[in-house]
Amino acid sequence: MIRLALREFRTEGIIGLGLLIALGIMLLVTGVHVVNVNDAFHTACRAARNCSSTSNPVLTVDGPLQHALPLIAMITPALIGLFFGAPLIAHEIETGIFRLSWTQSVTLRRWLVVKLGIVGLASMVIGGLVTWMVDWWMSPIDAVNMNRFGLSSFGYHGVAPIGYAAFAFALGATAGTLFRRTVPAMGATLAGFVGARLAVMYWVRPNFASPAHESVPLPINGGGVSFSPVAAAAFNPPSVSVPNGWVYSTEAVNRAGHAPTAHYLLNVCPAFFNQAPQAPPPGGKKTAPASAVTLFNNCVDKLSKTIHTLVAYQPGSRFWPFQWAEMGVFLAAAIALCGLTYWWLRRQYA
Amino acid sequence: MTAIIEADGLGTRYGRKWALSECTLAIPAGKVVGLVGPNGAGKTTLLHLSVGLLQPSAGSISVLGGRPGTTPTQLGRVGFVAQDTPTRAGFSVADHLRFGRWMNPNFDVKLAEERIESLGLDPLARREFLQGVIAVVVDSGTSVILSSHLVADLERVCDYLVVVVDSRVQVAGEIDELLASHHRLTGPRHDRGALPRDQELIDERHTDRQSTLVVRTNEAILDPAWTIEQLNLEDLVLTYMTRAGTQDRRPKLEARS
Repeated sequence: MIRLALREFRTEGIIGLGLLIALGIMLLVTGVHVVNVNDAFHTACRAARNCSSTSNPVLTVDGPLQHALPLIAMITPALIGLFFGAPLIAHEIETGIFRLSWTQSVTLRRWLVVKLGIVGLASMVIGGLVTWMVDWWMSPIDAVNMNRFGLSSFGYHGVAPIGYAAFAFALGATAGTLFRRTVPAMGATLAGFVGARLAVMYWVRPNFASPAHESVPLPINGGGVSFSPVAAAAFNPPSVSVPNGWVYSTEAVNRAGHAPTAHYLLNVCPAFFNQAPQAPPPGGKKTAPASAVTLFNNCVDKLSKTIHTLVAYQPGSRFWPFQWAEMGVFLAAAIALCGLTYWWLRRQYA
Repeated sequence: MTAIIEADGLGTRYGRKWALSECTLAIPAGKVVGLVGPNGAGKTTLLHLSVGLLQPSAGSISVLGGRPGTTPTQLGRVGFVAQDTPTRAGFSVADHLRFGRWMNPNFDVKLAEERIESLGLDPLARREFLQGVIAVVVDSGTSVILSSHLVADLERVCDYLVVVVDSRVQVAGEIDELLASHHRLTGPRHDRGALPRDQELIDERHTDRQSTLVVRTNEAILDPAWTIEQLNLEDLVLTYMTRAGTQDRRPKLEARS
């Protein structure tokens, strides 16, 4: 049965392996260039004693590829689901081959376990390798951006994509079983996979661990701070970046931990809020007069005595626990889908 | 002689439509069974139930004493060729032989190769196929069930008949016995209810002056008014098919009047 499963997977397997090798060669050739550019920059900047990473030229090297790689890494599991998963059982049913396959001396359960096992394992290996290669290629760029924990970039790093691949594959197999036709099963797989990824990204992943909180004083010169119009009178703190972390929210709070009320803001900075709205000078640029800037800075200075910024975030150290948790969620879902497939086939057929 | 297929009140349905219902059968071993009926009658459903490709919605079925499709041993004892003889696209003949070997521990590679040698790969070699079937039964004591909507196909090789029409088994039995016990009676117009008890009325047709009946009986028919004819297999099958049709329609007419 194992030999048969391998033989039946031969064509898809060879195509998958071919694409993997092609991607690997392309990434190896261009990736070495990225590494060289990065090394050259660091040697030069160390000599010049000015290593501001934002001027690192790796950020612009191979622009189109740099933008395409996250996309490639993210659609790989979907492609696995469409081309490995959806036809696995749907093709058996729609061509009638199941009447040959399931009447040999191999029970349906064993047939299903071996098929799902072998093709599922191949899916996970491919999903993992693609991510690993993209991860390696992007690593000098990630070292500058420090955002691999970010909402979407989390999904093309680490081990979570192994879970995505297993899930997409199992989803395809299940959809093929339910729809009994390959093409509708492919459609359902794509929709289901995208839906599940987004749902986990927005509603499940943030709850893997409750966020850490940190208080950050307001900037002295008021940089990044802004006020909503007086009528709404809200106070927007500057955005805070946590290196390699994932920021949920930043809010301005007083010592009691509440957002300052409009009334309070008006009380602290009457001069700033009550200044006459400036009409733009005719034909000129819209620049704030010096007095308004002074009022603004004074106001932020006064507010910073009672108000600070509270950041809710996941520190970078939680990146790997989150990766394993996300992989676990998708693997568990994949196993559940395999069980559903078996149950459904058993009910319908043998 | 044990039964190869034993069904008791067996039925299965797709949604609300019954594909096979109230099927009670005991097919003895060592036969070549012809399973006959129009397309969509339930022949394939019965075969799928007996190899485990379908689950019964009602009743039970056992094949060679076991539940169909449940264990490798059970699966290994029952061979099944679906009606469109599915083969895997992209698999050569050698691949299919390998498939057979990989999927069946008891696969006889030599026998398979001999078969291919002697048959060639001509899909039209039907006659040779049927002769091969008889050879298998004689040599190994295997029982065979052939499903077809063509009686002529089965007449030459079968010795047991099962007629399925409208999802029900209409008649089942040894072909010799069935042919010996069914008679076509032709005579002057006959009113209903006047047949002897041992004669089961299978079909009746009347003109103004003449009646043609098909009856089943193991006794001699003594009434001198009848001209008695034997039925051939095709007549027999057609009679049961027609009967199933009229039985189905009768209640609808009553409901309307």
